[in-house]
Amino acid sequence: MIGALLIVFREVIEAGLIIGIVMAATRGVAGRSRMVTIGITAGVLGSAVVALFAGVISDAFGGSGQELFNALVLGLAVLMLIWHNAWMARHGREMAAEMRQVGTAVSTGTRPLAALAIVIGLAVLREGAEVVLFLYGIVASGSSGASTFAGGLLGVLCGAAFSALTYFGLLSIPSRHIFAVTSWMIALLAAGMAAQSIQFINNAGYFAVLGTTAWDSSWLLAEDSLTGRLLHILVGYTERPTELQLVVYIATLLVMFLMMRWARLPAAKSVAA
Amino acid sequence: MRALQFFVLALGLAFLPASSFADDAIVITIKDHRFTPSEVKVPANKGVVLTVVNDDPTPEEFESKSMKVEKVIKGNSKATVRIGPLKPGRYKFFGEFNEATAQGVVVVE
Repeated sequence: MIGALLIVFREVIEAGLIIGIVMAATRGVAGRSRMVTIGITAGVLGSAVVALFAGVISDAFGGSGQELFNALVLGLAVLMLIWHNAWMARHGREMAAEMRQVGTAVSTGTRPLAALAIVIGLAVLREGAEVVLFLYGIVASGSSGASTFAGGLLGVLCGAAFSALTYFGLLSIPSRHIFAVTSWMIALLAAGMAAQSIQFINNAGYFAVLGTTAWDSSWLLAEDSLTGRLLHILVGYTERPTELQLVVYIATLLVMFLMMRWARLPAAKSVAA
Repeated sequence: MRALQFFVLALGLAFLPASSFADDAIVITIKDHRFTPSEVKVPANKGVVLTVVNDDPTPEEFESKSMKVEKVIKGNSKATVRIGPLKPGRYKFFGEFNEATAQGVVVVE
């Protein structure tokens, strides 16, 4: 039971941390809870579908379907996060001002909500599919059934509680700093996801360049330790990154900051909505 | 424009399936939530293809942080796992869904 609890908890917090950050980043935006609910629901339904077709996905593209699917899901999330940050760079200040004036709800920020609902959906989809397959395995094997399944459900609850903790922790940041803090967190989150995505592409057998291990910091911080896992989710910590992962990580941060800087330019304001 | 063409060409070349992978695949079998063999030797600085056969009826996730691999393998099926190029050393892998018993190591030399 404890084993099942731990496995499910690990998967749930991976999606949960992302949801917590995204929710903090959209604090006070009207219609936010609806979008979060849509994102989670779509993600849960999607993960059941992915789990159902796991065999088909795996066998696609000469047995590399699963890797390419993961790479695509992560890649899409990265694009959405970049777009969100660019949008917030342009409108964040007015939103913060409006928030102070009218209390909590602001109407300006409905646009990034769609992007973030997609990010939440994708995060839940990726981790949820693993949980579904794992729990299915338990039910199918029949042997250790009920108690392990209960452990799994408890894992979901603990994971959800942990995500709530993340969210409320971030909320304690004063509102004039919160957009700056969440922008940074989202930038690092996206860079980590991009580095993971390119590794999945490598694992699928493509883009085999710069495959040399850049460093090995496993002696300092093991990636399967609790701190290692958390840092892996939050900032993409990898104990033995390839040179390619490093290049992609830095490139994603650069693109993110260039987009944010460009979005902040007053001249650009009249061009794009 | 020329730079763009060059970039697209380079991208296309890079996306060609890697030929640097060793030809003979190594087979690891999962049975009763254990890997056989639980230790495999692979050459250093070279991509290696592992074929992981899951003979259990339940799914398993073949995972290794040190080799940067995670792949779910359904019950009674097999999957291809690409690793490397790796520097000499010992790289642990495990079955995430049955971590208590499903443990193994890739020895790179």
